[in-house]
Amino acid sequence: MATTEKPTDEEILAGLAEIVEEVAGVEADEVTAEKSFVDDLDIDSLSMVEIAVQAEDRFEVKIPDAELANLKTVGDAVTYVAKNV
Amino acid sequence: MTKLRLTHGAPATRILGIGSAQPERVVTNDDLAAVMDTNDQWIRDRVGIAERRFGGSGDTVVSMAVEAGAKAIAASGLSPADVDTVIVANCTTTVPIPNAAAQVAELVGVKGAGGFDLNAACAGFCYALATASDMVRTGTATRVLVIGSEKLTDIVDPVDRSTAIIFADGAGAAVVGPSEEIGIGPVAWGTAGDLVETITMPNGKHIFQEGQSVFRWATTKIAPIALRALELAGLEPSDVDVLIPHQANLRIVEAIAKKLRQKGAREDMVVADDIVTSGNTSSASIPMAMDHMRAAGRVHSGDVALLVGFGAGLSYAGQVVICP
Repeated sequence: MATTEKPTDEEILAGLAEIVEEVAGVEADEVTAEKSFVDDLDIDSLSMVEIAVQAEDRFEVKIPDAELANLKTVGDAVTYVAKNV
Repeated sequence: MTKLRLTHGAPATRILGIGSAQPERVVTNDDLAAVMDTNDQWIRDRVGIAERRFGGSGDTVVSMAVEAGAKAIAASGLSPADVDTVIVANCTTTVPIPNAAAQVAELVGVKGAGGFDLNAACAGFCYALATASDMVRTGTATRVLVIGSEKLTDIVDPVDRSTAIIFADGAGAAVVGPSEEIGIGPVAWGTAGDLVETITMPNGKHIFQEGQSVFRWATTKIAPIALRALELAGLEPSDVDVLIPHQANLRIVEAIAKKLRQKGAREDMVVADDIVTSGNTSSASIPMAMDHMRAAGRVHSGDVALLVGFGAGLSYAGQVVICP
């Protein structure tokens, strides 16, 4: 990417929503900050890995497996990406 | 100065015939749900398995290897005397001594054959196939019986729902022999020793794996190995008729297929899904899948098959073969 500007939280959320839709078939509109990946979006541990791998590519950030357990909600993931990008 | 001579083998090699063997006992997801906290849907969603085979006390790495090996020799139109080397890829014999290969050679009727076991875990068959092919090309061997045979139920905690739902027992075999045309391509192999801790036997008795780490590795690093095997063989992804990855988890298999299609593999490429009814049988899974697909008419003689094995070590190996 030509720009070095960090993405906004809104841009990260929109990007994550697209990834979640592709990986898990959840409509992007459903993917909002307060939703729990496991309890609300019915995403299992392996899908979380797929989401993390795609998010790493998209946002140029590292999301280790050990970190995945801490990302309970979509908002947690947005915050993590924003802080580490 | 005294000079040594070297042997010279065949210009190329191919798989002459294949065979497989499974224990009789079918174990469904409901059977497993009766002894641990799991259910049919959970298992199908996570790993794609509907049923698998568990061996009984009479089923061993050796006994299943013998059955699969004998079928492969028969399918090749050969007799045991035509084979001079036996390689048994496995990681589940209960004791390291004696090895399985010498027993298998004796019981199959390949008297006095060269024989050894090869442990590259779930990548074992592809490692053994490459080794056998190179042995025939250099003249070390004429025809090699290559077997992957595993009794994983011997090293799985029967009530650990993270592993007991995945692993199963069985064997697959191929006879490798000389050929004018190239029927076994160069191998792309390697290890990822930095991830050794992700699949281990921490108590010395039962297999343990860090599911997420192994899944990440398998879904991101194995497709490039498969592409490398194609490149080494001088083929394009669109040339592949059949993709046979190690049957580790249906989601991993589908992820590899998806990546290859993004690189040009055909939509009508047949993708092995033998895990659905056979479970994960480690080094046996690739030849067993090929044999089951052949029997079902999904794989035909002359098809270009892309094989790729991956597992503990971590280890991986892939090559292109022409189906017998």
